[in-house]
Amino acid sequence: MVGTDLPIRVVLAKLGFDGHDRGLKVVARMLRDAGMEVVYLGLRQTTDSIVAAVEQEDADVVGISMHNAGHLTLGPMIVAALDEVGLDVPVVIGGIVPDADLSELEAAGVAAVLGPGASVEEVVSTVRSAVGRNGIT
Amino acid sequence: MDDPRSTLSGIPLSPVYGEGPLPGEYPYTRGVHTDMYRSRLWTMRMFAGFGTATDTNGRFRELLRSGSTGLSTAFDMPTLMGRDSDHPWSLGEVGRAGVAVDTVEDMADLFADIDLGGVSTSMTINGPAAILLAMYVVVAEQGGVDRGQLAGTLQNDILKEYQAQKEYIFPPRPSVRLVTDVIRFTAAEMPRWNPVSVSGYHIREAGSTAVQELAFTLANGFAYVEAAVAAGLHVDDFAPRLSFFFNSHVDFFEEIGKFRAARRIWARWLRERYGAVDERSLKLRFHTQTAGVSLTAQQPETNIARVALQALAGVLGGTQSLHTDSHDEALALPSEEAARTALRTQQVIAHETGVTGVADPLGGSSYVEWMTDEVERRAEEVFAHLDEIGGGSILEGVHEGIQSGWFMGEIAESAYRFEREVNAGERIVVGVNAFIEGNGSSGAELLRVGQEAEDDQLARLAAVRLGRDSEAVAASLGRVIADATDTGVNLMPSLVRAVEARATVGEIVEALEGVFGTYVETAVV
Repeated sequence: MVGTDLPIRVVLAKLGFDGHDRGLKVVARMLRDAGMEVVYLGLRQTTDSIVAAVEQEDADVVGISMHNAGHLTLGPMIVAALDEVGLDVPVVIGGIVPDADLSELEAAGVAAVLGPGASVEEVVSTVRSAVGRNGIT
Repeated sequence: MDDPRSTLSGIPLSPVYGEGPLPGEYPYTRGVHTDMYRSRLWTMRMFAGFGTATDTNGRFRELLRSGSTGLSTAFDMPTLMGRDSDHPWSLGEVGRAGVAVDTVEDMADLFADIDLGGVSTSMTINGPAAILLAMYVVVAEQGGVDRGQLAGTLQNDILKEYQAQKEYIFPPRPSVRLVTDVIRFTAAEMPRWNPVSVSGYHIREAGSTAVQELAFTLANGFAYVEAAVAAGLHVDDFAPRLSFFFNSHVDFFEEIGKFRAARRIWARWLRERYGAVDERSLKLRFHTQTAGVSLTAQQPETNIARVALQALAGVLGGTQSLHTDSHDEALALPSEEAARTALRTQQVIAHETGVTGVADPLGGSSYVEWMTDEVERRAEEVFAHLDEIGGGSILEGVHEGIQSGWFMGEIAESAYRFEREVNAGERIVVGVNAFIEGNGSSGAELLRVGQEAEDDQLARLAAVRLGRDSEAVAASLGRVIADATDTGVNLMPSLVRAVEARATVGEIVEALEGVFGTYVETAVV
């Protein structure tokens, strides 16, 4: 069991071709300012590279930023890829996700979705509670 | 009544007020034309693209019927990245955020039943821009329109990709060679074509300030001038055809000052530093798009007001063409209805408000003139820095700034500062951190691009691959590789041949990558 005083370790990545990294960079700094350890993978990641980073970095949570309308395909793919190797690590999606897609993402096992305009407090608390569901605070 | 020469009350108007230099006179601070919109309105150019080429062709024809006067093509992510629809990374991205184009057959469908000799077309594409231009030329000529008659703009601004938008393929130096190959090709064969649209839009969307947008963009423009001159052209052979693309954000007067300063800086640098004598080389012409990043997902109807004010700033700043964002763009690609409202916003400005009656109506305002000077002064500080790190070359300074991550760091810092200010309540964003009553799900119908487009496109690409002469494809790709290896050769003719042979965008890009390499950025937070 991980001790409660250890900082949360977050892996942040953009998946595939989508190059809109403004939001993810801002989120990286928000989480860092909130005391978390951020592993920023940046652009053009694959499910394999993300899973590998989660394993190597012993990450508590994965944040994926999507602005390409591919979230219904790629979101569940990441969740499944982590599951497949036995990693029980929550996935948070940020970016442009229409409300109508939220239930489908939830059903696929995505822990939370952060939309445009989310405040620092929302971002930080969403990540904390996603991790909290796995017994780590 | 649509009469720009008198006010609604019948007060007659002169075409311009104030002392010189007047609009149309060096350094063009007040505009590039004497009469500005009195003699010709800006081009209302709405950016569109989704699904398959046939889907987007339908939207294009609808926009032309509604009074759009130019076309502007949005390509999907795989196309922007130079990959085919059946590339493993393309899964889930085909036709989602733009139109999918794999081969010249798709390009033919995209412009079916549109007179390419009579319309001007903008193509927002950078990494594989030269390939898409080759496709457009082939489609036009197969339809009987000579390449020399084609009017339009290729974005083809690769430097800002490394700085901001991140749709690069090859490393910077061979990429700049591709840009100069296109400049040389259009200078010789396509006199009505703008080979580069030097773009600040994406730099701003990535988080920069107005001053950074202006300074980085003009520096990139100077870099292309230096590269094309180094490739053997005289500045006046191509500079008249360089165009620009700026963002119009919410800070009304800062934006207007930015547009006015852009013209003055460009004119002075082209004349004094690069020795241009043709007046057309000195005139900075630009397209404007309202700020997508300023749109809110909360209470999206509010965005109609933001877009109208930003569009007005573009017009008061003297833009040559304008795209107005649709109010639903923080949620999805624009629906047809929202795109129409956005176009109508331009038409209200053009035909009802009377702002077109007088050129540079804000010229002489103490505040506007001060803002113009101040934005210019701050931009000059950036040029001095780049000139210094480039050892007297802006091109080298830009390469150095890309390699060291300087541009990315500056932009990320500004983006973070803005978010902190909004979060601290120091900046109000209506509907986000203030006036939030009425937030909640909007009932608006959003455009959904489903899986069918991807399936259709995959089937279509497979059919083209099956039906072509594979030996001819291989031979044409061999020629591309040979020409890529020789920096003295212009790649455009071999790209045209490869496209004609039905080589795909992805195949041509891979052939070029074999020679040029692939760019991977160092992640900077």
